[in-house]
Amino acid sequence: MSYWFRNDNRLPQGRLAVASYIIVGMVGVLLLGFWKLQVIDADKYSSLAERNRVRYIPVIAPRGRMLDRDGRVLVDNRPSFSVLLLRDDLPLVEKHLPGISDGLGIPIDDLREQLNNTKNLPKFQPIIIKPDASRADIDFIESHRADIPVLEMIPVSRRRYRPGGFLAHAAGYVGEVSEQQIEASNGKLRPGDFAGKTGLERQYNDLLQGTDGMRRVVVNSIGKEVERLSTQEAIPGKQIQLTIDEDLQQVAEQSLGARPGAAVALDPRTGEVLAMVSHPALDPNDFAVRISGDDWKSLNEDPLHPLLNRAIQAQLAPGSVFKIVTATAMLEDKNPPESFTTFCPGYATFYGRQFKCWVYGKSSHGVVGLHKAILESCDVFFYNVGMHLGIDRLSYYATKFGLGHRTGIDLPSEEPGLMPSAEWVERVFHRKWYAGETISVSTGQGAVTTTPLQLARMIGGIAMGGVFKQPHLLKDPPSVGEERFALSEPTVEKITDAMYGVVNEAGGTARNVMLPGIEVSGKSGTAQVIGYATRERMGKQKKFEDNAWFVGYAPRRNPEIVVAVLIQESGKHGGEAAGPVVKDLIKAYYDKKNKKTQGQYTTENKSEPPGKGSAAAAIAPRAAAKPEDSAAVMPARARTEPQR
Amino acid sequence: MKDAPGTRDYDWWLLAILATICALGVVEIYSATHGSGLEGMHMKQIRWLVIGFLLMFVLSRLDYHLILDQAPLLYLVGLTALVAVLLVGRTHFGAKRWISIPALGELVQVSEMVKLIIIIVLARFFAEVRSDQLDLRDLIKAGLLVGVPLVLILKQPDLGTALVLMPMLVVGAFLAGLQWQHAAVFSLAGILLVGAVFYPPVSRHILKPYQRERITSFLHPEEDAKGAGYQLLQSKIAVGSGGFWGKGFRNGSQNQLGYIPVRYSDFIMSAWAEEQGFKGVLLALGLYMALLLRLVQNAQRAKDRAGMFLVMGVAAALGFHVLVNVAMVIGAMPVTGIPLPLMSYGGSATLFVFLAIGLVMNVRLRRFVN
Repeated sequence: MSYWFRNDNRLPQGRLAVASYIIVGMVGVLLLGFWKLQVIDADKYSSLAERNRVRYIPVIAPRGRMLDRDGRVLVDNRPSFSVLLLRDDLPLVEKHLPGISDGLGIPIDDLREQLNNTKNLPKFQPIIIKPDASRADIDFIESHRADIPVLEMIPVSRRRYRPGGFLAHAAGYVGEVSEQQIEASNGKLRPGDFAGKTGLERQYNDLLQGTDGMRRVVVNSIGKEVERLSTQEAIPGKQIQLTIDEDLQQVAEQSLGARPGAAVALDPRTGEVLAMVSHPALDPNDFAVRISGDDWKSLNEDPLHPLLNRAIQAQLAPGSVFKIVTATAMLEDKNPPESFTTFCPGYATFYGRQFKCWVYGKSSHGVVGLHKAILESCDVFFYNVGMHLGIDRLSYYATKFGLGHRTGIDLPSEEPGLMPSAEWVERVFHRKWYAGETISVSTGQGAVTTTPLQLARMIGGIAMGGVFKQPHLLKDPPSVGEERFALSEPTVEKITDAMYGVVNEAGGTARNVMLPGIEVSGKSGTAQVIGYATRERMGKQKKFEDNAWFVGYAPRRNPEIVVAVLIQESGKHGGEAAGPVVKDLIKAYYDKKNKKTQGQYTTENKSEPPGKGSAAAAIAPRAAAKPEDSAAVMPARARTEPQR
Repeated sequence: MKDAPGTRDYDWWLLAILATICALGVVEIYSATHGSGLEGMHMKQIRWLVIGFLLMFVLSRLDYHLILDQAPLLYLVGLTALVAVLLVGRTHFGAKRWISIPALGELVQVSEMVKLIIIIVLARFFAEVRSDQLDLRDLIKAGLLVGVPLVLILKQPDLGTALVLMPMLVVGAFLAGLQWQHAAVFSLAGILLVGAVFYPPVSRHILKPYQRERITSFLHPEEDAKGAGYQLLQSKIAVGSGGFWGKGFRNGSQNQLGYIPVRYSDFIMSAWAEEQGFKGVLLALGLYMALLLRLVQNAQRAKDRAGMFLVMGVAAALGFHVLVNVAMVIGAMPVTGIPLPLMSYGGSATLFVFLAIGLVMNVRLRRFVN
């Protein structure tokens, strides 16, 4: 063993001192590093730590329900989960996009687009990337909490509508808000939010919507919520009660069946809409979540226009229903006088052109007065009355009765229809009114178009003696509009008598609508879609078949219920095709009313299948003919596209 | 031994500093693990500390000259153990670093013990250099002495521990009279090596994939948001958000919610800085500085050159640990897996520090003895 080094005490004191300086320098440099982080940049890192720690989770306010007039639930909510994407760390989000795309089955481009669309929103606000998560989605998120920390789920309530398109058009549906809606909402709506798109959902969106809340929670490094910091509670949307009677609505849906058309029932005393049906209808539950662009496109291009609410949006020639306008105008103006009669040989000739009556070629009406003319819907009589009155008077009365402008019902996208006038052709076509056009208009053909709702309001209002209540669906609206156009008592008497006769007297065009013990009254209409000449050219095609109308009410004066039914392209006349639907509804109304007064109010709403058992009268009105080459007389628009 | 030193001769200041640092570590380990699946880890750390203190006293009683006499044997044992661990060692976290010692019931990391052996071997080697200037041949010999175990440790692979051997060599050579020309040449070589490590076309050949990943994430933390770059970023967030006064004991969100990676071990300084703030960092780094300066003072008062080299080897190892670990915590260095001595949780690392301090005590106790 060599022990020599024990006594070697040459110590490099200088270099040891250098080591001391190095130690002090090293600690100094490290402290500078801490100073930079903890003092200079402390705020920046504090906010980063806060962003790590705190998540903002929206609390979605449940939407208000819709009840019928008796408090039965028509539109409800169901529980569901939405998938949120937390965007405060965009590079992290970007990294996980492929995994999220795979796991949730959302194309990655969709995700990118959503991120792009929302890049201007505050980063702490998560976005909804998948509403209505499936069981598999929920499992995916739960099992990947640790490795995909940017996903979160929140409970939400989703709309539940009645299946099979029940009340679909009136109720409307909700959908994800569009960019325009977001902009218009002043920050109230965010991407991924739901709002009413059509119908009552849209009309009363502000009532139904409520206000979303926000939860601030602390999450740990694997994204698990460990503490709730604060909760701003959601304010649920308000429940709204509708004027709709579920029982009547049910009858209307069934009675109209698969035929394209519409039915609307009003209480003309109040303007309350008791039932509103438009067929074909779609199941709005399909839209309650999210609809793909392709599906949406095919719906919009569907030739049957299932998205159209025909009750307020179908603008079609009213046909003979319009004769009530002509008749009322005649009685009020006394031009021609009340005693005016004409002879109907099945046609009439004006300005050297022949105008057919609907019985042309089969029989004739003979000598016709006002009462008989309404009962049997004689075109020739009304051609003559129209010639006496002229377009200005017809237009004046029709406009007073609400034709040509919106009824103001509390639904979006109502159409106004059209009541032609001399002023109108001048404005639109820059030409003079042809007197021959008046002949068509006086029987509800030509350029005149109406919606089913307008006709219900008009006939109900006339039977009320000239009081037209604004139709509405909200049970207790702040105010109900009313238009009064006082009609003289004898006029109302004669008109309502005649409409009673249509259903109840020999020769009436809608005897099949008769109900024992109930004073059902009304007027049928059968409107051509195209002129006879065009039809001959095009051959017999379904889409050129006549539209059938029937507007019925009961009782004959001051009615409680008025029902307008449109059946498109039925190929039958109004009383025959549309009458039974009106009959079903009026019957159901009285059945329920009687049960109620007997104190055994239950809902029992099976009605006869439409058309069955009705004495399908051979006599039904066929709307007036147009002249063979009608182009000179009729405005082009009315001939080629009366229905929209 | 007739010249056995008394208790008066222990470096009580050093022990006090040591104990205080350990206490900070235990407090922070408790804060970082309470209420989690790692609950109770601070008690395990206390057990290691007790064992460490005992071993330190045992080692300090044994004359360091006797230990230095056995340096060649220890070196051989160290190399054998390193080869053994490569052959039969347990694999944890993707590296073979542990062998099982039944008596302790824990796995012992062989490379920690090798660090101690290299300190002893280098002290012996440099003490035998007679001239005041270290010539090139001796420098290369010393390099080889360190190089062989270094390569074996790199094989495990354990870059962190391998790196710790370098400052021992550098400090030893410096004190043994390293000439400035050699220093310049080796500095240049070192700079080239570091450059190569950070230069991908070259580093591809000399680094393991996980090591390159750490380098990449250090240089570009934003590209690796959930990997090593995420760890560094979360550590910086923790430190920075602590501010001057800190968020308070058990109150750091980064720590308590688990955003700081291995917050009870390698990143314990991050947790400490978050909860205790800059004032706490000042305290901790001040203690480390006092510890290191105290070691240098002990070296200056050593009875002989060999004792001085022993103490300075320990100072080099501990100083390097503190520097690399703390620099990593503030994001100034890549993640290397080097724990913070005495504060980080860990059995082998704690035992190494106490045994190393035991050597220092040993030298101190014998400073007046002939």
